[in-house]
Amino acid sequence: MKDTLRFITCGSVDDGKSTLIGRLLWESKQVFEDHLSALQKDSMRYGTQGEAVDLALLVDGLQAEREQSITIDVAYRFFATPRRRFVVADTPGHEQYTRNMATGASTSELAVLVVNASKGLQTQTHRHARIVALLGIRHLIMAVNKMDLVDWNEAIFAQIVQEFQPLVSKLGFESFQPIPVSALVGDNITAHSSAVPWYAGPALLGFLEEIDVTPRANDLRFRMAVQFVNRPTHDFRGYCGRIASGEVKVGDRLRVVPGGMETKVRSIVAWQTELPAAAVGDSITLCLENEVDISRGSILACASDPSELSDQFEARVLCLSEHPLVAGRSYLMNLHTCQAVATITSIKHQVDVKTGTHLAARSLNMNDIGVVNLSTDRPVPFETYDRCRRLGSFILVDRLTNNTVGAGMIDFALRRAANIHWQAVDINKSVRARQKLQKPMCLWFTGLSASGKSTIANHLEKRMFAAGRHTYMLDGDNVRHGLNRDLGFSEADRVENIRRVTEVARLLVDAGLVVIVSFISPYRAERELARSRFEPGEFIEVFVDTPLEECERRDPKGLYAKARRGELVNFTGIDSDYEPPESPEIHLETVTQSIEQCVDHILFALEQGNAK
Amino acid sequence: MSGYLASLEAESIEIIREAIALAHKPVMMYSIGKDSSVMLHLARKAFWPAVPPFPLLHIDTTWKFREMIAFRNRIAAESGMKLLVHTNHQRIAEGVSPFTYDSERYTTMMKTEALKQALDAGGFDLILGGARRDEEKSRAKERIFSFRSAGHRWDPKLQRPELWNLYNARIHPGESIRVFPLSNWTEADIWQYIADENIPIVRLYFAAPRPVVRRSGQWIMVDDDRFPLNPGEVPETRVVRFRTLGCYPLTAAVESAATTIAEIVQETQAARTSERQGRLIDHDQAASMEKKKQEGYF
Repeated sequence: MKDTLRFITCGSVDDGKSTLIGRLLWESKQVFEDHLSALQKDSMRYGTQGEAVDLALLVDGLQAEREQSITIDVAYRFFATPRRRFVVADTPGHEQYTRNMATGASTSELAVLVVNASKGLQTQTHRHARIVALLGIRHLIMAVNKMDLVDWNEAIFAQIVQEFQPLVSKLGFESFQPIPVSALVGDNITAHSSAVPWYAGPALLGFLEEIDVTPRANDLRFRMAVQFVNRPTHDFRGYCGRIASGEVKVGDRLRVVPGGMETKVRSIVAWQTELPAAAVGDSITLCLENEVDISRGSILACASDPSELSDQFEARVLCLSEHPLVAGRSYLMNLHTCQAVATITSIKHQVDVKTGTHLAARSLNMNDIGVVNLSTDRPVPFETYDRCRRLGSFILVDRLTNNTVGAGMIDFALRRAANIHWQAVDINKSVRARQKLQKPMCLWFTGLSASGKSTIANHLEKRMFAAGRHTYMLDGDNVRHGLNRDLGFSEADRVENIRRVTEVARLLVDAGLVVIVSFISPYRAERELARSRFEPGEFIEVFVDTPLEECERRDPKGLYAKARRGELVNFTGIDSDYEPPESPEIHLETVTQSIEQCVDHILFALEQGNAK
Repeated sequence: MSGYLASLEAESIEIIREAIALAHKPVMMYSIGKDSSVMLHLARKAFWPAVPPFPLLHIDTTWKFREMIAFRNRIAAESGMKLLVHTNHQRIAEGVSPFTYDSERYTTMMKTEALKQALDAGGFDLILGGARRDEEKSRAKERIFSFRSAGHRWDPKLQRPELWNLYNARIHPGESIRVFPLSNWTEADIWQYIADENIPIVRLYFAAPRPVVRRSGQWIMVDDDRFPLNPGEVPETRVVRFRTLGCYPLTAAVESAATTIAEIVQETQAARTSERQGRLIDHDQAASMEKKKQEGYF
């Protein structure tokens, strides 16, 4: 029976990855005649090989790629020999497209790391070796390509291999096979080349056909994340999913995580039939003996050895977005079929991909890899990535743009969560609010510097105080003199600044006060995070809308002038973004409204109870 | 079923279930071809004993082979699913046909434009399609969950990284996600699976004597009397079959003696040309599939 090997080709730009795949497709007779005639046309137009056909054009499928002669996105190609079926992910070498390379690596079992013999090891060679190791690939082939350009010099080949060797054990590869090749000419691809009498090892295709990549025996018992609850009629309730590990038989005892309830397998339903058993990799529907609370995102696991549950993790994370990942910011997390809100609580360190050393970091930029602590809004079921890729990998999604901004692997759960319990108290927020005869709330003023936030907030507090309200004002500049003295104006620091202020405001609201927060708070994500920390209706976003030109004209502290002269960096509106609210509860336009009119507007809106 | 087909099947079922779990209003494209037949079969398996919880959508240009339409109606009825059929009637009224416009403009109006009309009218946020990565090289770059901005546009640079089996289907209003459960299947896999699972397919895939004429070096079947014959031209009868099915004036037949699935599998494995070679619309210009995809074509 034929099996399938999924592998990735990687390495630095111009090392010949696409040519190598083109060559493999060519040699395994996967190139059809109509593709060939298109290839000949393309070669004349875009080819880099003069009169000869350019095999790289077989795989570089996008117009932009053919024009620039580079690979931008990952392409999946299929070919087969009489012995094996192959799925190959052809991935980009440019550093700016590293995330696409990681995408290809996440589903591969083996990596072919291509090195240009005439250039030797590059930064990208190290980076890619580290990323494939990080993603759990255990088998590495190093194809030292373009050997024809160095006259098949044995010493050059030996030196490249020797230089790379220390990394093999350090990164924990189980197998490592260096092969000298020429993808352009086809030497050592399908058969041993007579050009290389000094090389006695296997040819590339032969080695790919032979290698055993079966994972080491994994003793992980049955686990299946529930994808979908199938309830067509009252008397049928099936739990659909793909088995992540182990096997299951009718009659097996299972435990539901979260929940911990125990149940038994009544039947395993397949198309027009029932199965006695099923195993890892199968997509099945399970019917259970008793009615228990199970929904999408639950894990059904062997009852005597179930999955863990936690809301605090240490994980390795790769940043996939142009916008940096920063501590304190929250993201949507897709972990198997479970969705939660995850906050990066701290970035422990960044990994230098060339040397492997740990660097201190406040944020992770695109293509950076770091070790972080994450907390989720509720306990989620999981396995560590090393034990089970499928239940230990996750993606982070930006809550506003919906883009996939990070990919991560769970290393272990942190135990803190289980041990710190919220202290229940008798004198609580509603008791304190009743005593003060008011509804505690947080009025959050956001707007550019000099937009009039503090001035309006100050007048508002005076009016409320005079009316017998218990208030407290948190002003951006004032808080930065004390609590947040250690923070600057980088994006990471601004996020932390807002997080601390949010927590203080929350304590004051809990104390029964009306809290007025006056902060530039330029990012929507942080304002939304702040909102999420309050009960519905407690958080009133007040947008002090003053155009930048008007703020710059007012400039009471001379800050805009300084920023324009380049003496202040990261100044909102000048060289740092301000993201205006999309639907604030209260919208003030200070160009047309006076200070008193603005205050009246706010008080009226609060009296109406619907602050729109 | 062999091991690798079983794992392709399990992966596709997982993708279909994931798509339906994440969608608000999903729909499955049904083009009547062999890939649609396999995708529909997988969907029925994924939700058994329930009927798949979404409708089928067919974009009918009115120029499909007659046999295809009869087959479509029969299969939709058997599946118990709702079948939606949409035609761009405005363009028909304007006289648009494969004979009045070149294949590129015809495809834009009768397929891409019609598809967008149907998707907008139905308010579908997630569309399952039967495209495969081995079909064409811009498709080799396609995600399994492919993001479409408002107006159904595909921008290869805006595609989300897709790691492991984790799919991001979150969108804003007006945007949509196209999902390709057969991404990792090859043409040979499709045929082998049809054989193993005994999936019904249109008889046009099997060789039979059919009336054809020669156009630009390819055999085109004269399926009805709307086909404008040249003066004095008489269709000849040849034993032909189709590797791919579309609008009959734009789909070339191949000469073949394959009358069973086993013979088709054998022929596919020995083929020296790709299946889309018979699709005249793919050869309009360099990177034509990429361009059509950007405009919203499947």
